[in-house]
Amino acid sequence: MTQRLSREELPRLYAAIAQVADLFLPVKRAGKTNFALWNTQTEVDLDTLKTAKSPKDLFFPQCEPLYTCDWREGNLTVTAQALAERDFVVFGVRGCDLRGLDVLDRVFLSDPVDSFYAARREHGTVIAFACREPEESCFCRTFGVDCAEPGGDVTVWLTDGTLYWRANTPKGQALTDRLDLLGKTDDADEQRLAAEQTAAREIIDRLPYANLFLDGWNGDATEARFASPLWEKLYRPCLACGACTFACPTCQCYDIRDYDTGNGVQRFRCWDSCMYSDFTMMAHGNNRTSQMQRFRQRFMHKLVYFPANNDGMYSCVGCGRCVEQCPSGLNIVKVIKAFEKEAKK
Amino acid sequence: MSGCNCSGRDVLIPQVGVITDIRTETPDVKSFRVCAPGGGKLFEHMPGQCAMLCVPGVSEGMFSITSSPTVQDYQEFSIKRCGMLTDHLHSLSVGDQITVRGPYGNHFPVESELRGKDLLFVAGGIGLAPLRSVIGYVSDHRADYGTVDILYGSRSKEDLVKYDEITGVWSKADGVNVHLTIDRAEDGWDGHVGFVPAYLKELGFSSDKTALLCGPPIMIRFSLETLMEMGFSKKQVYTTLELRMKCGVGKCGRCNIGSKYVCKDGPVFRCDEIDALPDEY
Ligand SMILES: Cc1cc2nc3c(=O)[nH]c(=O)nc-3n(C[C@H](O)[C@H](O)[C@H](O)COP(=O)(O)OP(=O)(O)OC[C@H]3O[C@@H](n4cnc5c(N)ncnc54)[C@H](O)[C@@H]3O)c2cc1C
Ligand code: SF4
Ligand code: SF4
Ligand code: FES
Repeated sequence: MTQRLSREELPRLYAAIAQVADLFLPVKRAGKTNFALWNTQTEVDLDTLKTAKSPKDLFFPQCEPLYTCDWREGNLTVTAQALAERDFVVFGVRGCDLRGLDVLDRVFLSDPVDSFYAARREHGTVIAFACREPEESCFCRTFGVDCAEPGGDVTVWLTDGTLYWRANTPKGQALTDRLDLLGKTDDADEQRLAAEQTAAREIIDRLPYANLFLDGWNGDATEARFASPLWEKLYRPCLACGACTFACPTCQCYDIRDYDTGNGVQRFRCWDSCMYSDFTMMAHGNNRTSQMQRFRQRFMHKLVYFPANNDGMYSCVGCGRCVEQCPSGLNIVKVIKAFEKEAKK
Repeated sequence: MSGCNCSGRDVLIPQVGVITDIRTETPDVKSFRVCAPGGGKLFEHMPGQCAMLCVPGVSEGMFSITSSPTVQDYQEFSIKRCGMLTDHLHSLSVGDQITVRGPYGNHFPVESELRGKDLLFVAGGIGLAPLRSVIGYVSDHRADYGTVDILYGSRSKEDLVKYDEITGVWSKADGVNVHLTIDRAEDGWDGHVGFVPAYLKELGFSSDKTALLCGPPIMIRFSLETLMEMGFSKKQVYTTLELRMKCGVGKCGRCNIGSKYVCKDGPVFRCDEIDALPDEY
């Protein structure tokens, strides 16, 4: 059942949700929009289509403690970090980023389950935000994401004057049941919503990268794609800065390190990048010595290895962040297009 | 490996282990026995599996469990000194505590493909560590396997890990032949001199055996070539891969090659499976 709320009432909606759980939503700070905790002072920004960083941070934080080791009377003690136990709501997750969570679920919820991530997934309710005006860098459509019908625990659509709200899961319904400011929709609302969706899909269909050519990228393609001479040409501008991996909603590589707290040692994990030269360094050598190999690994993993292990699911969601953020103008679109050109020669 | 978190402990959270025995094997290898603080093993494992040992504040690293699963009281690791963590481990004393998490990875197929087979172990240097667990297991289930040949080589006599056990126990066991070699002749050594692959060729084993091969990459490469010349197929040869590891559970991405995670899908691979991986190991 779809419900509605007038756009002016959004601050009341945020306040009502925040009564129930911590609310995270896109907030503009110093010119950049990212997910942040809401309070009455925050400058919510629903106009920017994509947050600079994806919301993966809320489930797989850039940095998180795992456990602390300390010595008590000569004995080493290990104290595990407590798992998340506060309920939270993430409002405004785009379809691409929501698919990004599906990808992370495949990684962290598969055997053996990562309990830190699992606890956050359990306590988090995701309100997906349908896109009205997809941008040039968007190609979610290539990977089968429907930005006009993104899913999530709740889906919201925002038109000029109205927010439409629909609960999709028991979790989403539970949240909905605790909000009393949502009103009923009528036939006219349904028609407007359907028209909005059609319009959004029409826009995305006309975007330059919306329908990329994925033939030849799949779990069986390892040998041919790995050995292609194209990588040698493609990787050259890469600075190995890792910006693409940090912005990406599906990149999940991490490091585990120590932090000396003064009376013990905290072991924490933090995001890492396969683009870095020391990522695979060992005492006796490195199995990826060149940036070409590291560059190739990132894309082979997203387009070949991950699908091979996950029923064909790609680990790119077409969010376009790497398209917008790489200082050298490299991105997955360039890679896919280069192989398309080669295949159609 | 079970994905069950019913114990409430995430797979990344280690246990405390106490070092109960340290043996100097060679100038740069020491073996460490590790128990739970209250005694007994920290966990059950299978031959070929590994564990993450950590000195908090120093570093953490993956090591093969070299003791046999049939040993009840402890787990043993043979560790070569080569950097920050391993230097520190070598400086520890009996009674010191470290953290241990595991076991990780797959294991040699001792209950399936290896059963009933004549086994040929080929090891170089510290490569004996993962194989010793299998040799121990096979010795304790002797009736389940055919003949056992152990070909083991090192730079010099003093670099042979577990020399006392090899000459004192394995050489004397029924149906077990031990063939030792060192790279260069030295005083007090009347055994074979030469590299492992050359000795392998010289000994000329029949190709109906199943081979388990571990050691430095160059030794593995030449030994595998020799085995192929001797008529072995890649399906008859098992080895282990060693890549940089952090999580040990197939999630941090570090040990990924092709669609495999060496920490989870390996470290044990049949050589024909390795051929199917992109050449990045
Ligand atoms: C599956 C597996 C089994 C292993 N079994 C044994 C064993 O039985 N005995 C033994 O002595 N060594 C073994 N190793 C190698 C051992 O993990 C490294 O020698 C050790 O981590 C080096 O750490 P360091 O801090 O002393 O060296 P440094 O060079 O100071 O280490 C720097 C970093 O590189 C990593 N690293 C360095 N060398 C390796 C390596 N070869 N493999 C993986 N990561 C490395 C370390 O974890 C550390 O984070 C094994 C490695 C793997 C992957
Ligand atoms: S592809 Fe671009 S963003 Fe990614 S590491 Fe290379 S230079 Fe940085
Ligand atoms: S590879 Fe680029 S487009 Fe694909 S999900 Fe990652 S950041 Fe988005
Ligand atoms: S060590 Fe983390 S994926 Fe293998």
